Amino acid sequence: MSAALFFVAGFGAIAGAVGVVMLRDPFYAVLALVAHLLSLAVLFLLLRAEFVAAAQVVVYAGAVMVLYVFVVAYVGGREDRSSGIGQLGELLRGRGPGGAQLRLGAAILGGALLVELLIALLGTGLKAVGGAGAPYAPGPRAFGTPAYIGQLLLTRFLLVFEVASFLLLIAAVGAVVLAGRSRTIGGRGGIGEDGDGTGRVLTPLDLIRPHETGTMAEGVGARK
Amino acid sequence: MSIAWYLAVSAIVFALGAAGVMVRRNPLVVLLCLELMLNGANLALVAFSRMWGNGDGQVFALIVMTVAACEVCIGLGLVVAIYRRRLPIDVDELRELQG
Repeated sequence: MSAALFFVAGFGAIAGAVGVVMLRDPFYAVLALVAHLLSLAVLFLLLRAEFVAAAQVVVYAGAVMVLYVFVVAYVGGREDRSSGIGQLGELLRGRGPGGAQLRLGAAILGGALLVELLIALLGTGLKAVGGAGAPYAPGPRAFGTPAYIGQLLLTRFLLVFEVASFLLLIAAVGAVVLAGRSRTIGGRGGIGEDGDGTGRVLTPLDLIRPHETGTMAEGVGARK
Repeated sequence: MSIAWYLAVSAIVFALGAAGVMVRRNPLVVLLCLELMLNGANLALVAFSRMWGNGDGQVFALIVMTVAACEVCIGLGLVVAIYRRRLPIDVDELRELQG
Protein backbone atom coordinates (compact mmCIF):
# COMPACT_ATOMS: atom_id res chain seq x y z
CA MET A 1 0.00 0.00 0.00
CA SER A 2 2.62 2.51 1.02
CA ALA A 3 4.82 1.45 -1.91
CA ALA A 4 2.00 2.00 -4.39
CA LEU A 5 1.21 5.37 -2.82
CA PHE A 6 4.89 6.28 -2.99
CA PHE A 7 5.11 5.53 -6.69
CA VAL A 8 1.91 7.43 -7.50
CA ALA A 9 2.99 10.47 -5.46
CA GLY A 10 6.59 10.35 -6.66
CA PHE A 11 5.47 10.15 -10.28
CA GLY A 12 3.09 13.07 -9.66
CA ALA A 13 5.87 15.15 -8.09
CA ILE A 14 8.26 14.54 -10.97
CA ALA A 15 5.54 15.07 -13.60
CA GLY A 16 4.57 18.35 -11.95
CA ALA A 17 8.21 19.47 -11.94
CA VAL A 18 8.57 18.58 -15.63
CA GLY A 19 5.38 20.54 -16.29
CA VAL A 20 6.75 23.63 -14.53
CA VAL A 21 9.90 23.55 -16.64
CA MET A 22 8.27 22.63 -19.97
CA LEU A 23 4.90 24.41 -20.14
CA ARG A 24 5.05 27.65 -22.07
CA ASP A 25 2.16 29.47 -20.45
CA PRO A 26 3.14 30.68 -16.93
CA PHE A 27 -0.42 30.09 -15.73
CA TYR A 28 -0.24 26.40 -16.56
CA ALA A 29 3.22 26.28 -14.98
CA VAL A 30 1.72 27.57 -11.72
CA LEU A 31 -1.01 24.91 -11.88
CA ALA A 32 1.64 22.24 -12.51
CA LEU A 33 3.50 23.48 -9.44
CA VAL A 34 0.32 23.12 -7.38
CA ALA A 35 0.03 19.49 -8.52
CA HIS A 36 3.70 18.99 -7.66
CA LEU A 37 3.20 20.46 -4.17
CA LEU A 38 0.18 18.26 -3.45
CA SER A 39 2.11 15.13 -4.50
CA LEU A 40 4.99 16.24 -2.33
CA ALA A 41 2.60 16.60 0.63
CA VAL A 42 1.62 12.94 0.14
CA LEU A 43 5.32 12.01 0.21
CA PHE A 44 5.71 13.99 3.45
CA LEU A 45 2.81 12.06 4.95
CA LEU A 46 4.48 8.79 3.96
CA LEU A 47 7.58 10.04 5.77
CA ARG A 48 5.50 10.62 8.94
CA ALA A 49 5.77 14.38 8.71
CA GLU A 50 2.13 15.23 9.31
CA PHE A 51 2.58 18.83 10.33
CA VAL A 52 4.94 19.66 7.47
CA ALA A 53 2.50 18.07 5.01
CA ALA A 54 -0.39 20.11 6.38
CA ALA A 55 1.67 23.31 6.25
CA GLN A 56 2.71 22.46 2.72
CA VAL A 57 -0.90 22.15 1.55
CA VAL A 58 -2.32 25.11 3.48
CA VAL A 59 0.51 27.63 3.23
CA TYR A 60 2.32 26.65 0.07
CA ALA A 61 -0.27 25.16 -2.24
CA GLY A 62 -2.90 27.46 -0.81
CA ALA A 63 -1.60 30.92 0.02
CA VAL A 64 1.65 31.25 -1.93
CA MET A 65 0.19 29.79 -5.11
CA VAL A 66 -2.79 32.16 -4.91
CA LEU A 67 -0.26 35.00 -4.82
CA TYR A 68 1.37 33.57 -7.94
CA VAL A 69 -1.95 33.22 -9.74
CA PHE A 70 -2.82 36.83 -8.91
CA VAL A 71 0.49 38.14 -10.22
CA VAL A 72 0.29 36.01 -13.40
CA ALA A 73 -3.22 37.34 -13.99
CA TYR A 74 -2.08 40.92 -13.31
CA VAL A 75 1.03 40.84 -15.46
CA GLY A 76 -0.91 39.12 -18.21
CA GLY A 77 0.93 35.83 -18.23
CA ARG A 78 2.70 36.50 -21.48
CA GLU A 79 4.26 33.40 -22.91
CA ASP A 80 7.98 32.98 -23.24
CA ARG A 81 9.08 33.89 -26.69
CA SER A 82 11.26 31.25 -28.26
CA SER A 83 12.57 33.69 -30.87
CA GLY A 84 13.33 37.24 -29.82
CA ILE A 85 11.00 39.88 -31.20
CA GLY A 86 12.55 42.95 -29.60
CA GLN A 87 15.64 44.48 -31.12
CA LEU A 88 17.59 43.93 -27.94
CA GLY A 89 16.77 40.24 -28.08
CA GLU A 90 18.01 39.97 -31.64
CA LEU A 91 21.17 41.82 -30.74
CA LEU A 92 21.72 39.42 -27.90
CA ARG A 93 21.02 36.46 -30.11
CA GLY A 94 23.48 37.68 -32.71
CA ARG A 95 26.24 37.68 -30.13
CA GLY A 96 25.48 34.80 -27.84
CA PRO A 97 24.36 31.24 -28.44
CA GLY A 98 20.81 30.69 -29.67
CA GLY A 99 17.82 29.40 -27.72
CA ALA A 100 18.21 25.76 -28.79
CA GLN A 101 21.87 25.71 -27.83
CA LEU A 102 21.10 27.29 -24.47
CA ARG A 103 18.43 24.67 -23.87
CA LEU A 104 20.84 21.88 -24.75
CA GLY A 105 23.50 23.34 -22.48
CA ALA A 106 21.04 23.65 -19.61
CA ALA A 107 19.88 20.06 -20.13
CA ILE A 108 23.48 18.84 -20.04
CA LEU A 109 24.25 20.85 -16.90
CA GLY A 110 21.04 19.70 -15.20
CA GLY A 111 21.80 16.08 -16.09
CA ALA A 112 25.33 16.41 -14.73
CA LEU A 113 23.93 17.87 -11.51
CA LEU A 114 21.45 14.99 -11.25
CA VAL A 115 24.19 12.36 -11.71
CA GLU A 116 26.35 14.11 -9.14
CA LEU A 117 23.50 14.29 -6.61
CA LEU A 118 22.57 10.65 -7.16
CA ILE A 119 26.18 9.58 -6.65
CA ALA A 120 26.39 11.63 -3.48
CA LEU A 121 23.01 10.52 -2.07
CA LEU A 122 22.80 6.88 -3.11
CA GLY A 123 26.49 6.03 -3.20
CA THR A 124 26.87 7.15 0.39
CA GLY A 125 28.36 4.87 2.98
CA LEU A 126 25.43 5.45 5.34
CA LYS A 127 23.73 2.10 5.83
CA ALA A 128 20.52 3.66 7.14
CA VAL A 129 19.75 5.08 3.69
CA GLY A 130 18.75 1.59 2.58
CA GLY A 131 16.39 1.10 5.54
CA ALA A 132 12.83 2.24 6.08
CA GLY A 133 13.81 4.73 8.80
CA ALA A 134 13.81 4.85 12.57
CA PRO A 135 11.19 2.87 14.53
CA TYR A 136 7.88 4.70 14.79
CA ALA A 137 5.14 4.29 17.39
CA PRO A 138 1.85 6.10 16.77
CA GLY A 139 0.49 8.29 19.54
CA PRO A 140 -0.78 11.79 20.28
CA ARG A 141 2.76 13.17 20.64
CA ALA A 142 4.47 10.88 18.18
CA PHE A 143 7.19 11.92 15.74
CA GLY A 144 6.00 14.55 13.27
CA THR A 145 2.67 15.45 14.90
CA PRO A 146 1.83 19.13 15.49
CA ALA A 147 2.43 18.65 19.23
CA TYR A 148 5.92 17.29 18.59
CA ILE A 149 6.88 20.05 16.13
CA GLY A 150 5.33 22.73 18.32
CA GLN A 151 7.34 21.61 21.31
CA LEU A 152 10.54 21.66 19.27
CA LEU A 153 9.77 25.12 17.86
CA LEU A 154 9.04 26.62 21.26
CA THR A 155 11.92 25.06 23.15
CA ARG A 156 14.97 24.09 21.17
CA PHE A 157 14.35 26.25 18.10
CA LEU A 158 12.80 29.28 19.77
CA LEU A 159 15.38 31.72 18.39
CA VAL A 160 14.99 30.28 14.87
CA PHE A 161 11.23 30.63 15.17
CA GLU A 162 11.44 34.28 16.20
CA VAL A 163 13.99 35.12 13.51
CA ALA A 164 11.71 33.51 10.92
CA SER A 165 8.80 35.69 12.00
CA PHE A 166 11.00 38.77 11.76
CA LEU A 167 12.12 37.68 8.29
CA LEU A 168 8.49 37.43 7.20
CA LEU A 169 7.84 40.94 8.49
CA ILE A 170 10.83 42.32 6.56
CA ALA A 171 9.69 40.54 3.40
CA ALA A 172 6.17 41.91 3.72
CA VAL A 173 7.42 45.49 4.16
CA GLY A 174 9.87 45.01 1.29
CA ALA A 175 7.15 43.77 -1.04
CA VAL A 176 4.96 46.78 -0.21
CA VAL A 177 7.87 49.15 -0.87
CA LEU A 178 8.78 47.45 -4.15
CA ALA A 179 5.29 47.04 -5.56
CA GLY A 180 3.94 50.17 -3.90
CA ARG A 181 1.35 52.63 -5.11
CA SER A 182 1.27 53.43 -8.79
CA ARG A 183 1.63 57.16 -8.06
CA THR A 184 5.39 56.93 -7.87
CA ILE A 185 5.95 54.38 -10.59
CA GLY A 186 6.55 55.93 -13.97
CA GLY A 187 6.67 59.39 -12.44
CA ARG A 188 9.63 61.07 -10.88
CA GLY A 189 9.59 59.19 -7.64
CA GLY A 190 10.90 55.75 -7.11
CA ILE A 191 12.49 53.49 -4.61
CA GLY A 192 14.57 55.53 -2.21
CA GLU A 193 13.55 58.81 -3.76
CA ASP A 194 11.28 61.47 -2.53
CA GLY A 195 7.84 60.26 -3.53
CA ASP A 196 6.18 63.46 -4.68
CA GLY A 197 9.34 65.25 -5.81
CA THR A 198 8.73 68.38 -3.79
CA GLY A 199 12.11 68.25 -2.12
CA ARG A 200 10.63 67.27 1.21
CA VAL A 201 13.23 67.00 3.94
CA LEU A 202 13.66 63.58 5.42
CA THR A 203 12.71 63.43 9.07
CA PRO A 204 13.69 60.80 11.63
CA LEU A 205 10.14 59.51 11.34
CA ASP A 206 10.87 58.41 7.76
CA LEU A 207 13.34 55.88 9.07
CA ILE A 208 10.61 54.15 11.01
CA ARG A 209 7.89 54.76 8.45
CA PRO A 210 9.47 55.25 5.03
CA HIS A 211 7.49 57.06 2.40
CA GLU A 212 4.99 55.01 0.41
CA THR A 213 4.83 52.11 2.80
CA GLY A 214 1.09 52.30 2.86
CA THR A 215 0.53 53.72 6.30
CA MET A 216 -2.97 54.63 7.34
CA ALA A 217 -2.14 58.33 7.17
CA GLU A 218 -1.16 57.94 3.53
CA GLY A 219 -4.24 55.88 2.84
CA VAL A 220 -6.54 58.73 3.77
CA GLY A 221 -4.30 61.28 2.08
CA ALA A 222 -3.24 63.05 5.27
CA ARG A 223 0.46 62.44 4.80
CA LYS A 224 1.49 63.46 1.33
CA MET B 1 9.94 2.08 1.00
CA SER B 2 13.56 2.70 1.80
CA ILE B 3 14.79 6.24 2.34
CA ALA B 4 16.94 6.03 -0.79
CA TRP B 5 13.85 6.21 -3.03
CA TYR B 6 12.77 9.50 -1.49
CA LEU B 7 16.29 10.86 -1.88
CA ALA B 8 16.26 9.88 -5.57
CA VAL B 9 12.97 11.76 -6.10
CA SER B 10 14.37 14.80 -4.30
CA ALA B 11 17.52 14.74 -6.48
CA ILE B 12 15.43 14.54 -9.67
CA VAL B 13 13.20 17.43 -8.59
CA PHE B 14 16.22 19.54 -7.63
CA ALA B 15 17.97 18.92 -10.96
CA LEU B 16 14.78 19.69 -12.89
CA GLY B 17 14.44 22.96 -10.99
CA ALA B 18 18.07 23.89 -11.68
CA ALA B 19 17.63 23.17 -15.40
CA GLY B 20 14.45 25.27 -15.39
CA VAL B 21 16.24 28.23 -13.80
CA MET B 22 18.80 28.05 -16.60
CA VAL B 23 16.33 27.57 -19.46
CA ARG B 24 13.33 29.75 -18.74
CA ARG B 25 13.34 33.45 -19.43
CA ASN B 26 10.14 34.65 -17.79
CA PRO B 27 11.08 35.75 -14.24
CA LEU B 28 7.80 34.35 -12.91
CA VAL B 29 8.69 30.90 -14.17
CA VAL B 30 12.26 31.28 -12.91
CA LEU B 31 10.79 31.87 -9.45
CA LEU B 32 8.62 28.77 -9.85
CA CYS B 33 11.71 26.73 -10.73
CA LEU B 34 13.46 28.11 -7.63
CA GLU B 35 10.50 26.80 -5.64
CA LEU B 36 11.09 23.41 -7.22
CA MET B 37 14.70 23.43 -6.05
CA LEU B 38 13.67 24.40 -2.51
CA ASN B 39 11.06 21.64 -2.50
CA GLY B 40 13.61 19.06 -3.58
CA ALA B 41 15.82 20.13 -0.68
CA ASN B 42 12.79 19.99 1.65
CA LEU B 43 12.01 16.42 0.64
CA ALA B 44 15.60 15.38 1.34
CA LEU B 45 15.48 17.10 4.75
CA VAL B 46 12.26 15.36 5.76
CA ALA B 47 13.58 12.02 4.47
CA PHE B 48 16.74 12.34 6.56
CA SER B 49 14.64 13.41 9.53
CA ARG B 50 12.65 10.17 9.17
CA MET B 51 15.85 8.20 8.75
CA TRP B 52 17.22 9.28 12.14
CA GLY B 53 13.87 9.61 13.91
CA ASN B 54 14.84 13.17 14.80
CA GLY B 55 12.56 16.19 14.38
CA ASP B 56 15.28 18.71 13.53
CA GLY B 57 14.99 18.06 9.81
CA GLN B 58 11.27 18.80 9.87
CA VAL B 59 11.81 22.10 11.67
CA PHE B 60 14.47 22.92 9.09
CA ALA B 61 11.97 22.13 6.32
CA LEU B 62 9.44 24.51 7.90
CA ILE B 63 12.07 27.27 8.03
CA VAL B 64 12.92 26.62 4.37
CA MET B 65 9.23 27.07 3.57
CA THR B 66 9.26 30.40 5.42
CA VAL B 67 12.29 31.58 3.48
CA ALA B 68 10.64 30.45 0.24
CA ALA B 69 7.54 32.48 1.09
CA CYS B 70 9.72 35.56 1.71
CA GLU B 71 11.55 35.02 -1.56
CA VAL B 72 8.28 34.72 -3.46
CA CYS B 73 7.02 37.88 -1.80
CA ILE B 74 10.05 39.93 -2.83
CA GLY B 75 10.32 38.30 -6.26
CA LEU B 76 6.71 38.94 -7.15
CA GLY B 77 7.05 42.52 -5.87
CA LEU B 78 9.97 42.98 -8.26
CA VAL B 79 7.98 41.48 -11.15
CA VAL B 80 5.09 43.86 -10.46
CA ALA B 81 7.51 46.82 -10.27
CA ILE B 82 9.10 45.77 -13.58
CA TYR B 83 5.68 45.48 -15.17
CA ARG B 84 4.61 48.91 -13.90
CA ARG B 85 7.67 50.50 -15.45
CA ARG B 86 6.72 49.01 -18.83
CA LEU B 87 9.95 47.05 -19.01
CA PRO B 88 10.03 43.71 -20.82
CA ILE B 89 9.35 40.78 -18.52
CA ASP B 90 12.26 38.75 -19.78
CA VAL B 91 15.41 38.05 -17.81
CA ASP B 92 17.55 38.18 -20.96
CA GLU B 93 16.55 41.74 -21.68
CA LEU B 94 16.76 42.95 -18.08
CA ARG B 95 20.52 43.02 -18.01
CA GLU B 96 21.15 46.31 -16.31
CA LEU B 97 20.56 46.91 -12.66
CA GLN B 98 20.48 50.69 -13.02
CA GLY B 99 17.07 52.34 -12.75
